[in-house]
Amino acid sequence: MSSSSPPAGAASAAISASEKVDGFTRKSVRKAQRQKRSQGSSQFRSQGSQAELHPLPQLKDATSNEQQDLFCQKLQQCCILFDFMDSVSDLKSKEIKRATLNELVEYVSTNRGVIVESAYSDIVKMISANIFRTLPPSDNPDFDPEEDEPTLEASWPHIQLVYEFFLRFLESPDFQPSIAKRYIDQKFVQQLLELFDSEDPRERDFLKTVLHRIYGKFLGLRAFIRKQINNIFLSSNYLTLPLPFFPSSIINGFALPLKAEHKQFLMKVLIPMHTAKGLALFHAQLAYCVVQFLEKDTTLTEPVIRGLLKFWPKTCSQKEVMFLGEIEEILDVIEPTQFKKIEEPLFKQISKCVSSSHFQVAERALYFWNNEYILSLIEENIDKILPIMFASLYKISKEHWNPTIVALVYNVLKTLMEMNGKLFDDLTSSYKAERQREKKKELEREELWKKLEELKLKKALEKQNSAYNMHSILSNTSAE
Amino acid sequence: MAGASGLGTGPGAAGGDGDDSLYPIAVLIDELRNEDVQLRLNSIKKLSTIALALGVERTRSELLPFLTDTIYDEDEVLLALAEQLGNFTGLVGGPDFAHCLLPPLENLATVEETVVRDKAVESLRQISQEHTPVALEAYFVPLVKRLASGDWFTSRTSACSLFSVCYPRASNAVKAEIRQQFRSLCSDDTPMVRRAAASKLGEFAKVLELDSVKSEIVPLFTNLASDEQDSVRLLAVEACVSIAQLLSQDDLETLVMPTLRQAVEDKSWRVRYMVADKFSELQKAMGPKITLNDLIPAFQNLLKDCEAEVRAAAAHKVKELGENLPIEDRETIIMNQILPYIKELVSDTNPHVKSALASVIMGLSTILGKENTIEHLLPLFLAQLKDECPEVRLNIISNLDCVNEVIGIRQLSQSLLPAIVELAEDAKWRVRLAIIEYMPLLAGQLGVEFFDEKLNSLCMAWLVDHVYAIREAATNNLMKLVQKFGTEWAQNTIVPKVLVMANDPNYLHRMTTLFCINALSEACGQEITTKQMLPIVLKMAGDQVANVRFNVAKSLQKIGPILDTNALQGEVKPVLQKLGQDEDMDVKYFAQEAISVLALA
Repeated sequence: MSSSSPPAGAASAAISASEKVDGFTRKSVRKAQRQKRSQGSSQFRSQGSQAELHPLPQLKDATSNEQQDLFCQKLQQCCILFDFMDSVSDLKSKEIKRATLNELVEYVSTNRGVIVESAYSDIVKMISANIFRTLPPSDNPDFDPEEDEPTLEASWPHIQLVYEFFLRFLESPDFQPSIAKRYIDQKFVQQLLELFDSEDPRERDFLKTVLHRIYGKFLGLRAFIRKQINNIFLSSNYLTLPLPFFPSSIINGFALPLKAEHKQFLMKVLIPMHTAKGLALFHAQLAYCVVQFLEKDTTLTEPVIRGLLKFWPKTCSQKEVMFLGEIEEILDVIEPTQFKKIEEPLFKQISKCVSSSHFQVAERALYFWNNEYILSLIEENIDKILPIMFASLYKISKEHWNPTIVALVYNVLKTLMEMNGKLFDDLTSSYKAERQREKKKELEREELWKKLEELKLKKALEKQNSAYNMHSILSNTSAE
Repeated sequence: MAGASGLGTGPGAAGGDGDDSLYPIAVLIDELRNEDVQLRLNSIKKLSTIALALGVERTRSELLPFLTDTIYDEDEVLLALAEQLGNFTGLVGGPDFAHCLLPPLENLATVEETVVRDKAVESLRQISQEHTPVALEAYFVPLVKRLASGDWFTSRTSACSLFSVCYPRASNAVKAEIRQQFRSLCSDDTPMVRRAAASKLGEFAKVLELDSVKSEIVPLFTNLASDEQDSVRLLAVEACVSIAQLLSQDDLETLVMPTLRQAVEDKSWRVRYMVADKFSELQKAMGPKITLNDLIPAFQNLLKDCEAEVRAAAAHKVKELGENLPIEDRETIIMNQILPYIKELVSDTNPHVKSALASVIMGLSTILGKENTIEHLLPLFLAQLKDECPEVRLNIISNLDCVNEVIGIRQLSQSLLPAIVELAEDAKWRVRLAIIEYMPLLAGQLGVEFFDEKLNSLCMAWLVDHVYAIREAATNNLMKLVQKFGTEWAQNTIVPKVLVMANDPNYLHRMTTLFCINALSEACGQEITTKQMLPIVLKMAGDQVANVRFNVAKSLQKIGPILDTNALQGEVKPVLQKLGQDEDMDVKYFAQEAISVLALA
C-alpha cells in the first residue's frame, strides 16, 4: 500500500484485500446456485394424491362417429393436474397426459372440421384448468430480468403443450370467434393477464402471442383488453415488475384521428414507462411505439418530447444513451414546424448531454451532427440553437478528458461555424463576458437569500419577543 | 404566469426598510423558476422564507396563484412543494385563510407520480384540521367531491384518503353525500381506486356512526373482500381489524366472520399472508370467544400453509398469539393446539420459516413456565441451535434472555457453545458480525468464568479477522466486555493480548491494537492507559507504514484527555511534534489536528 493513501483508504483496502479470502458468496456465485430453480403452482401443492390416468385409444384409430366423443374425453382427461415439484410421483400418468396433449395438438392442426360447436366448452375448460393457477411467491422479490435467472415453471412439459394447443385452436381456420366468445370472455382475459406475473420467459412469450391472437379475433374484447393493460401498467410502479409485453401491433391498428383514449395511453403510460428500471430490455420496442404514435399524429411531438425531457435520467448514463437514441429516432420523423416548438428545451438538454463527463453520453449526443436531416433542421434554426449549444461546446473543446470527444466537438464547432460565422464570432468574443455575468448573477442570488434568511430570523425574534411581552404582561397583571 | 406581472425590477431595487414588501415578487418567482432544477428545488424548499418576505396578503394574492400554475414541473420539485404547503397556514394569515392553500394542493393531488400525490394528500389532511367547520363545508368538501369525480384515476385515489378527515365535522346532509361518494369509489372501474378505497375503509369506518358502519361499511367490506383482484382483497383484511373493533360480538359473528373465514382460505397466498401478518390485531379485535372457535383453527391452517411465505408470517406471530390469549387458558391452548404445529415447523424445509420461528419461539417459555419449557421447548431450542441455517441459530442465541429468566441459561450452555463457536467461524462475515453483537449479552448471562474458559479466545480471534467490519466490531465488543467485567479483568486477560499485536508483521493488525486502545482506554482508566497503553502507542509512532503513524496521531488525540499533564507534555507532545513533520501529508494532518485539539501547541 502506498504510504500516502488517504485515511479512508486503509479501511477499504482492508476489505477488498480480504474479500478474496472471505467465503461470503458474491452475487455471481449466488446466481449460479439459483439457476436451477423452478416453481410449481401454488394452489396445487395442497391437493391430495391424483387419480391415475388410463390411456384412451388413439384418435386416428377411432371411427369418425366416435372421434368427437373421444376428443372430448381426452380433453377432460387433460384437465387433471400433476405435481411436477415431485419429480418421481405419477410418472406413468404424467407421460399419458403428455402424449395425449401432443395428440390433441396434432389433431386440431392437421384435421379440418374437428372444432365443432359442442367442443368449445371442453376445450376452454381444459385450457383454463391447466394454465390458470395462482402463481407462488417469487423467490426473488427484486427480480431483475436483465441480471437474474428467472424461476422456471415446473409443470412446463404439460403447460407448454397446452399453450401450443391453445394457439393452434385460435389459429385454426375452423375457429369461430362468435361461438368462442361465450367462453373466452372478460373474466378469461383477466385471468390470462394475471399470468404475466410469471417469471418464466417461455410462458411470457406464449402469453404474448395468445393475447395478440385474442385481440385480433375478438373485436368485442379489444376495449376491455386495452383497459386492463392500462391498469396493469398504471398500477405496477415499473420498478419491480418486468413489463408484460408490448402493444406495438395494437397501436398500429389505431384508426385516425387518434381517440383521446389512445393519446392518454401514450402520455400517461408509455412516456412514464421510460422511468422503468429494466428499460434496457424493452426500450427499442417502446421507442418504436412512440415513433408510431408520432407518425400517426405529428401534433403529439411537442408533448412527447417535453415528457421525455421531464423524465430525463439524472444518474443512469446507460439510460441517457437510450433516451438520446429515442430522441434521434423522433427527430428523424419530425416536421420542421414541430421542431421549432421544442428546439429550445430540447437543445438545452442536448447541450447538457454533450458536456457529460461520461464519454458515451457525450458521444451519442454529438453523433446527432452526423445525421443529415437533423443537420438541416439545425441549420434552418441556427440563430436559436447556436447560442444554446455554444457555451458547452466551447468549454468541453478545451476541458473534456476524452480525446475522441474533443475531436468530435471540434468537428461540430466547425460545422456550426460554417452555418453562421458571424454569430459564431460574436459568441466567441462575448464568451468571457457571459461567464462573468453568470458569476455576478450567482453572487446576487446568494446575497438575496442571505437577506431573506436575515429577515426570517428577525421575524422569528420579533415573534418571540412579542410572546415574551405577552407573557410578562400576563404575569404582571396576575401579580397585581 | 400569474403573479409575475409587471414587477420586473432587479434585485438591486430592494429597499432596506425591512417592511413586508421588501422584495419584489418577480425576483422571488425568478428563483422559483430558475432553469437549474437544483436551484429551483432549493428555492421551493425555502418557500416559507419567501412567503415571509412577501407577507400574508401578497402570499395569498400573488405567490399562491403562481404556485397553482407550476404543476408542470419535475416531480422532485412538486414533492417539495406539496410538503411545504402543509405547513403554510400561518404564512397565509392563519386558519381563516387556510382554504387559500387548497387550489395548488388540489392540482398536486392529481399528478401522475404517486409520491407527490401522497404528499399532497398528507398536506391536505393536515390543513383540513385547520379549517373552521364553515370553511370545511364551503371549500374543503367541494374539493373532495371534485377529486372523487375526477376523470383520471389519480384524483379519485387521492379522494379516498380525504373522506375520513372531513366527515366528523360535516353536517348530516353533507355526511350522507360523503358516504355516497365513498361507496361509489369502492366499486370503481379501476383496481387502483378500489385499492385506495379498501386501504382507507377501516379509517373511514372509525369516524362513521355505528348504524352506518353496519348498514354501509360492512357490505362494502364484503364486496372488496371478494374483489376479482387479490391486491384489493388483501387490503380488505386490514380493514377487517378496524371494523371489528367497532362491532359487538354478535354482530362480528354474523357480519364479519363469514368474510374473514373466506380470506383464510383464499386461493391467493397474498391474502392468506395478510391474514397471518395481521393475526395479532385480528385476535385482539375479535375477542377471546371468536379467537378460540375460529381463529385458532385458522392459525393452525396458516402454520401448515402450502406457501412458505404464509407459514413464515404465521410463525412470526406465535409468541404474540400466546400473549394475547386469556391468562387462565393460555397454557392449555398453546400446549394442545399450537405446539404440535410448532414442532413440525422446527424441521420445515424453508429456512425463512425456521428462522421466523426461531426469532419468537423463546418467548413462549415465559408463557408456558419452567416445567413445560424444559420438557417441550428445550428440545426444540436445541434442535434449532443445530440447524443448518446460521440465521436460525443466530435468532435463538439472540433471544436467550427470555429463557434465561425462566430456566436459566445453564441448561443450554452445553449445546450453546458448539453453536456459538460454529457461528463465530462462519464463512459469511455478516453472520460473524451478528454473533459478535450478542457477545456482551452472552457474557453477562454465562458469567466471567465460563466466558474466560470458552469464549475469550474467540473474542481475541475476531481481532485478526480478515474483514475490517469484524475487527471493528470485535474492538467494540472488548469495550463492552470491560464495562461488564471490570478493569482488573481487562488488565489481566485482554490488555496484554491486545498489546502484543503491536509487533505483528501485518500492519492491519498493528492498527487493530490502536483501535482497541481507542476503545478501551476510557473504560480502563488513567492508570492502565498511562502505564501500559501509552508506551506502546508512542513506540508505534516510528512505524514504517504511514497508515499506522497517522492512526497513532488519532489515538493520541483520543486518549489524551485521559492522561495527566506530565505525560501529555513530556511524552505525547514531542511525539506529535515529530509526526507533525512527517513526510506523509495525512500523518502531518492528523498530528497537527491532535496538537490543536489537545492544546499542545
